[in-house]
Amino acid sequence: MDAILELRGLTKRYANGPTALDSVDLEIRKGEIFALLGPNGAGKTTLIGAVCGLVRPSGGTIRAFGLDLAHDWRRARARIGLVPQEMATDMFTKVRHTVEYSRGLFGLAPDPAKIEAILRALSLWDKRENQIRQLSGGMKRRVLIAKALAHDPELLFLDEPTAGVDVELRRDMWAQIGALREGGTTIILTTHYIEEAEEMADRVGVIDKGKLLLVEDKRTLMARLGRIEADVALAQPLSEIPAALSGFALELSDDRSTLIYRSADAGGDGQGEVAALIKALVAQGIDFTGIDQHRSSLEEIFVRLVEAN
Amino acid sequence: MHLGFNLRGAWAIYTTELMRAFRTFFQSIFAPVLTTSLYFIVFGAAIGSRMSEVGGVSYGAFIIPGLLLLTLLGETTSNASFGIYMPRFTGTIYELLSAPVGVAETLIGFVGAAATKSLILAAIILVTASFFVDYQIAHPFYAVGFVLLVAAAFALFGFLLGIWADGFEKLQIVPMLILQPLTFLGGTFYSIDMLPDPWRQVALANPIVYLVNGLRWTFTGRSDVNIWMSFGLTLGFLIACVVAIALIFRTGWRLRD
Repeated sequence: MDAILELRGLTKRYANGPTALDSVDLEIRKGEIFALLGPNGAGKTTLIGAVCGLVRPSGGTIRAFGLDLAHDWRRARARIGLVPQEMATDMFTKVRHTVEYSRGLFGLAPDPAKIEAILRALSLWDKRENQIRQLSGGMKRRVLIAKALAHDPELLFLDEPTAGVDVELRRDMWAQIGALREGGTTIILTTHYIEEAEEMADRVGVIDKGKLLLVEDKRTLMARLGRIEADVALAQPLSEIPAALSGFALELSDDRSTLIYRSADAGGDGQGEVAALIKALVAQGIDFTGIDQHRSSLEEIFVRLVEAN
Repeated sequence: MHLGFNLRGAWAIYTTELMRAFRTFFQSIFAPVLTTSLYFIVFGAAIGSRMSEVGGVSYGAFIIPGLLLLTLLGETTSNASFGIYMPRFTGTIYELLSAPVGVAETLIGFVGAAATKSLILAAIILVTASFFVDYQIAHPFYAVGFVLLVAAAFALFGFLLGIWADGFEKLQIVPMLILQPLTFLGGTFYSIDMLPDPWRQVALANPIVYLVNGLRWTFTGRSDVNIWMSFGLTLGFLIACVVAIALIFRTGWRLRD
């Protein structure tokens, strides 16, 4: 698949400060949703800022759509959109005007029909003549998205797009982001809600202390690093794990009423081991009342990766 | 698509900045006009009517150029400095920095809007002055040109101030503690020829003297200083501000992390 964005050795060092980006190499594929995960201060926003012109890189190159941003920044930026993390907008301006302003900034002629379509898609049409300060927090965030979409960007950065919005609205936004991808927009999002990445992303990158720890297809990553876990609720508590079960990766819960199985990683035959474990329990005459089997989430994988770093 | 110059981007900034001024009509337009009108009433109509001519014109007509500049310098500088400082303060500067707009579009937008506001203000003040004082403009073409030049130069200066400032106090310091005193002492209410030496020589070191006298020449045809020096200094100040702003955009100082 074509690379729409290529970062090579991207570095940002602040004077007398930390290295916010440490020689980052990254390729974003056209049409994908790429989730960039990392703890606070990991370098996610700095990376976005470097591509969008908010941060001056200390080294490395950035190419978007095949254009070098150091030289062809006008043509490249005209095709990039940004929804910032902070709620940064003129609170006294009206919704429609601020979206029209964004379109104008990117050099496009006024297009009332386009603006109406964006505002309707984001459920903001009824609020178009309201000042932004009169809107709820979730609506303000949608205004920022509307502004970023006003010039039909081919590459869209969403920096914590659903921070501070309620669950229902978050689901709405996920649907809208999905619709954008269906329309051909490439999306790079950072988020603290790892379920968001799990729900939407095609690929995931994990960044910490300015270093990109990994970039991988989400399903491959979860299959490779995700564990199979099974909790077996026992009919009678056990004093210890029977010797016949020593071949399984088992723990006994503190109240000794649950056997907890964790596979080494999802690369092995975790589900098969759970089946073998159940057979062994039956063979040993150990009665149980229920089994809860699940694969570890992206969040658990993320925490393990960052802790290891 | 714009490859060299983003005209629509510049227009978007320009119109939005103008809208901001009209949104704050009382602060941006009404208050300075009222203040200047009070000067005309007190110094032009009340006190001026009891004074003899200065520089060949009535005292009321004599002080018009200086009072016009007093308002123009302060308002233009403040408008332009707030224009760029507020996006920095609120974080909305991200939109400018991430858009395909460069130094030219940004200056035309912000500085053009600040200068336009000042020209509107100047026109209102002159119309208002005509209710209190009889005056004529000896060189209307030069008067418009000089007001344009001053408005553009101090809008650029204000833009620089708005980038330099890291708090609201700094935005106020320059217009209130530097420009206003220098304008008062720059011959707004008197001819510097009235000053005894060495104060006349000291007054000539005040750059505002050249602005006041440049504009006064366009109104009355008379000046205490060489008017070409007035035009030259103002133009030189404008160019210096443009160069400084271009350097700031190149380095990203106070704009980009």
